Amino acid sequence: MQVCFMRKLDYSGAIREAMSQEMERDPRVFVYGIGVPTWSKIFNTTRGLVEKFGKERCFDTPISEDAMMGFGLGAAIRGLRPIHVHIRVDFMILATNQLLNMVSNYTYSTGGKLKVPLVVRAVIGRGWGQGAQHSKSLFSNFTHIPGLKVIAPTTPSDMKGMLTAAIRDDNPVICFEHRWLYWAEEDVPEEPYEIPLGVGRILRPGSDVTVVGLSWMNVEARLAADILQKRGVSVEIIDPRTLAPLDENLIIESVKRTGRCIIADCDWVDSGFSAELSARINEKCFGKLKAPVKRIGFAHTPCPTVRELENEFYPNAKTIVHAVEDMLGLEAANLDGEDFFSHERRFRGPF
Amino acid sequence: MVRPTSETTIVTMNLAREPLPKTTAIQLFKSLLLARRSEEYIVKHYPENQMRTPMHMSMGQEFVPVGVCAALNGKADVFASYRSHAAFLAQTHDTDRFFSELYGRTSGTGEGKGGSMHLAAPDQGHMLSSGVVATQIPVAVGAAFANLRLGTGRTSVAFFGDGAADAGVFWESINSAALFRLPVMFVCEDNGYAVDTPREARQASRSLAEAVKPFGADTYEDDSGDVESVYSLAKEAAEKAHRDRRPAFLNVKCCRYLEHVGIGTDWSWGYRDQATVERDWISRDALKTQRARLASHQMSESAIAAMEEEIDKAIRASVQRAMEAPIPAPDRLHAGVFHEKA
Repeated sequence: MQVCFMRKLDYSGAIREAMSQEMERDPRVFVYGIGVPTWSKIFNTTRGLVEKFGKERCFDTPISEDAMMGFGLGAAIRGLRPIHVHIRVDFMILATNQLLNMVSNYTYSTGGKLKVPLVVRAVIGRGWGQGAQHSKSLFSNFTHIPGLKVIAPTTPSDMKGMLTAAIRDDNPVICFEHRWLYWAEEDVPEEPYEIPLGVGRILRPGSDVTVVGLSWMNVEARLAADILQKRGVSVEIIDPRTLAPLDENLIIESVKRTGRCIIADCDWVDSGFSAELSARINEKCFGKLKAPVKRIGFAHTPCPTVRELENEFYPNAKTIVHAVEDMLGLEAANLDGEDFFSHERRFRGPF
Repeated sequence: MVRPTSETTIVTMNLAREPLPKTTAIQLFKSLLLARRSEEYIVKHYPENQMRTPMHMSMGQEFVPVGVCAALNGKADVFASYRSHAAFLAQTHDTDRFFSELYGRTSGTGEGKGGSMHLAAPDQGHMLSSGVVATQIPVAVGAAFANLRLGTGRTSVAFFGDGAADAGVFWESINSAALFRLPVMFVCEDNGYAVDTPREARQASRSLAEAVKPFGADTYEDDSGDVESVYSLAKEAAEKAHRDRRPAFLNVKCCRYLEHVGIGTDWSWGYRDQATVERDWISRDALKTQRARLASHQMSESAIAAMEEEIDKAIRASVQRAMEAPIPAPDRLHAGVFHEKA
């Protein structure tokens, strides 16, 4: 029997530990990006790496996202295993030329001769008055592209196992990390382990309605499920974890059981990943649906800065509760006594 | 950190060089000829509509990749643009896979999925050439980093046109290669035009080499139009790049004989004058020059003709093999989107 040593670890620690253990295991792995070894340490996720592995394997770059993505591609096809870090996805889009025109088709256009073991980490999500250029998610911009794998783990233990699998994968993997998750803690095994990419997870079993949560929205879904449980509503929460390739069956089977589905995305709804999920659910569950699939996400505006409008822009547990009530024909509950997450009231886990 | 000052070397057509040894002269001639005759085959047979891939012809510019690849003697990782026929053949001499790819056969460089703009023979040091201007340049920088880290002794070379130097990523790549002290060879095949827009209408700098130099790259300018000159310059540049651990930028003036894309000439477009191009470039065509040089090495006309016949025969044989190779089965469409573990 394998003994598994657990201890509490937060999401940023899980990222750090996965990278550190893989760098230790495989000298070809290196991590780089704007600000990676400097004081900010990318929300603590790169703390201690430069001290442990040196400047050759953990380094800063010019603010040249486009060239630095190409750099990662070149290093990957020539035998190294780069991890390229972006402190905002909004900045990573300067490198989309490389991602969409080069990285994604290098294997295909060479008839499979070249492999691209490249991990691209991108921080997403709501902070504190981040405004229009520091707050995007853009999942569907990348899941739209064949040849890219896209993951968005929610829990620390998923993050450690999936990032480890991503680093060991011979294909480009984009890893989305919501910044409000960095402080979430749970029991995480100490030793290295892999959680296979392309496998979703039922975060909470239930029978009345399926909520498919993306990244941070799983935290909101959990809170919503707790509130709804008090009224006798049983919510099943599914975290796809990997967005591409998608574990479609897990979602389809759940929706067939419950007959109802709400997709809670932390991204824009229009042409978003939730549209893709909804289309697939409608195609595969048509006769079993007791209600139309409902999608929740950002308001279709650029992200405002002032808190009062930010609160209107972002969905949260309240939005999910009301969507479930609507779907089940329940009276709207009074949520005044409930405690919701905010930048000041961080979610710290466990899940 | 004190670094040696970067230098600029300028070679013009008037600068006399020591002639290269006969064996090298022959090697360069054969390599030039292989590219030229392969493209002449394409020009002749393209209208048959069996090579259904947009062709950006190297004709006229072949001496640049031929000189550079020969100088690096196979120890290069080549990152080329969509105008990469000559670079591919100079690096690999592999007409089998080349024509198979153009004809869309399973025996091609990408089993037909790449085509003319996406040639790849990584086992022979030709990485995937790229159809979006300048995209291949930063990839060469990353490969140089890996080659240095892994001690492969290979030299990373980016081939691109002067149009690519309009792009921000070119400057980002020069800066990062210099900053990271990587011996990348940036080779600009400067034909003076982005399609039909002249360099003067796109770039404010008088000389690209002068603009690149302050980054800490050694810069080289060559308007000799001569393959032996490019060969010698590239050898010197590569040695220095590895010794001083910094990038080299080679700006080699050249002339594209045909239209931007396709097999025809473009004299009717009016952006350049046929008589001037013939006088300045075609009259001193690098292949012709090299052929004349062989005569001065006491090679007989019949010996040279025999080499030409040998290359024509090789091309015919490669085309024959390509035509006999299977076209990919429909189920290959979905294969290879991701790399599968062997």
